[in-house]
Amino acid sequence: MKTCLVVDDSSVVRKIARRILEGLQFEVTEAEDGSKALEICQRQLPDAVLLDWNMPVMDGFEFMGHMRRLPGGDQPKVVFCTTENNVAHIAQALSGGANEYIMKPFDKDIIADKFAEVGLIPVGQAMV
Amino acid sequence: MTPTEYEYLRKFLKDNSGLDLSTDKQYLIESRLLPLARKAGLSGIAELVQKLQGGSRQLITDVVEAMTTNETFFFRDKVPFDHFRDHIMPEIIKARAAKRSVRIWCAAGSTGQEPYSLAMCLKEMGAALTGWRVEIIATDLSQEVLEKAKAGVYSQFEVQRGLPIQMLVKYFKQIGETWQINPELRAMIQHRQLNLLHDFAQLGTFDVIFCRNVLIYFDQDTKINIFNRLARQIEPDGFLVLGAAETVVGLTDTFRPIPERRGLYKPNDPRAAAAKPVLGGAAPRMAVVAGR
Repeated sequence: MKTCLVVDDSSVVRKIARRILEGLQFEVTEAEDGSKALEICQRQLPDAVLLDWNMPVMDGFEFMGHMRRLPGGDQPKVVFCTTENNVAHIAQALSGGANEYIMKPFDKDIIADKFAEVGLIPVGQAMV
Repeated sequence: MTPTEYEYLRKFLKDNSGLDLSTDKQYLIESRLLPLARKAGLSGIAELVQKLQGGSRQLITDVVEAMTTNETFFFRDKVPFDHFRDHIMPEIIKARAAKRSVRIWCAAGSTGQEPYSLAMCLKEMGAALTGWRVEIIATDLSQEVLEKAKAGVYSQFEVQRGLPIQMLVKYFKQIGETWQINPELRAMIQHRQLNLLHDFAQLGTFDVIFCRNVLIYFDQDTKINIFNRLARQIEPDGFLVLGAAETVVGLTDTFRPIPERRGLYKPNDPRAAAAKPVLGGAAPRMAVVAGR
C-alpha cells in the first residue's frame, strides 16, 4: 500500500483529504505544519505528500525544500493543495520541485486526476 | 411525471436529437428538465410537455440542449491523447509529408476541452509540425455549449480536471477566478453547430475524427447510419477515435479496430468491403440502413 503524508493546519481539510486518499488505497499520515511534516519525513519518506502552502511554524514551500534535500528526498511526489491560486505561486512551486498543484477547494475527482497525472494511481482509477 | 409524459419525451428526444433513453430514465429527465421548466416560468414537466406539443421552437431547442449536454474534461481518459501523440500523428506526419496539412474533426466537441486538448498535443509536438496547415473543426449540437467552447474560459474547477498543471501555466491566462486558453490555441479551432443526425458531407474529409462518448446515446440503427456516413468523411488512411464504451464491432464493416490500440479504428477500403460478401449478423442491419 502506498503512503501519503497530508500536511495542512486545518484539521477539517486533513480529515477530508484522509477520507479521499484512503478511498484511493493510500495509507495516510497527517502533520499540522511543515516542521512536523519534516520530522516524519526524516524518519520515513512517504510515496506522496499532499501539501498546504500557508501554515504556522514552517510553510509548505520551505518544507518541500528541506525534504527534497533529504537522502531519497527527490522520490516522493509532492502535490500542493492550497488557496494560493495565482500563476506566480504555481510557477514558484513547480520550480521548487512540486510535481502537481491543486487549487482549493478540491474534491475526490480533482485529487484522483492529479494523483493519476503524476503516476501515483493508475489512470483508470481516476475515472471511477 | 406520468408514463404518457415520459413516453412522449422519450420519443421527442429520439426524433429531435437521436438520444435513446431506456424506459427507466425518469430521474435524468426530471433532474435536467425541471430547472429548465422553472426558468421558463412553467409549473413542471406536465406543462413543459404541453408547450412542446404546441411546437414552441425555442423550448424544443432548450430541451434538446439540456438533455444532451454531457460532462467533459481536458484529456478525458488520457489514453486516446497518448494514441494521438504517439501513433496517429507520427503516421500522419509521414503520410502527409508532401502536403503538409492535417484536418481533424471533433464530432462532439462540447465545451471545448477535447479540441483544446488536441491543440495542446499538437503544440507540444513543436518543430515536427512547423510550416504545416493544421485544421481542427469542433462541432456540437448545442449553440450554448459552442459559445463556451469559443470563449475558451474555464472555472478553476474545470481546469483541474485532467489538465496537467504545467499545461495550465503554459497555455492559459488567469482572469480573476477563471482561466482562458491562449488566443494562439483558440485560433487553431473552428467551432460549428451540427447535429450528427443531419448531413455533414459539407465538412469535407478528415485525417482524424474524434467521435467520443456521443454514439452511446444513440440506438443501433442510428449508430450504423452515422458510422457509414463518417466513413465517407475520412481519408482512406485516416483514424477514427471512439469513446471507451463504444465500438464498431458487430455494427458495421466500414471501420476496423486497430489491435492493441483501444478506441482507435481505421476505415476499411469501401471497394473491398463492397466486393466482400457480408457475413453473419451484420447483413440484415446493413439492409435496414440501406433502405432508409
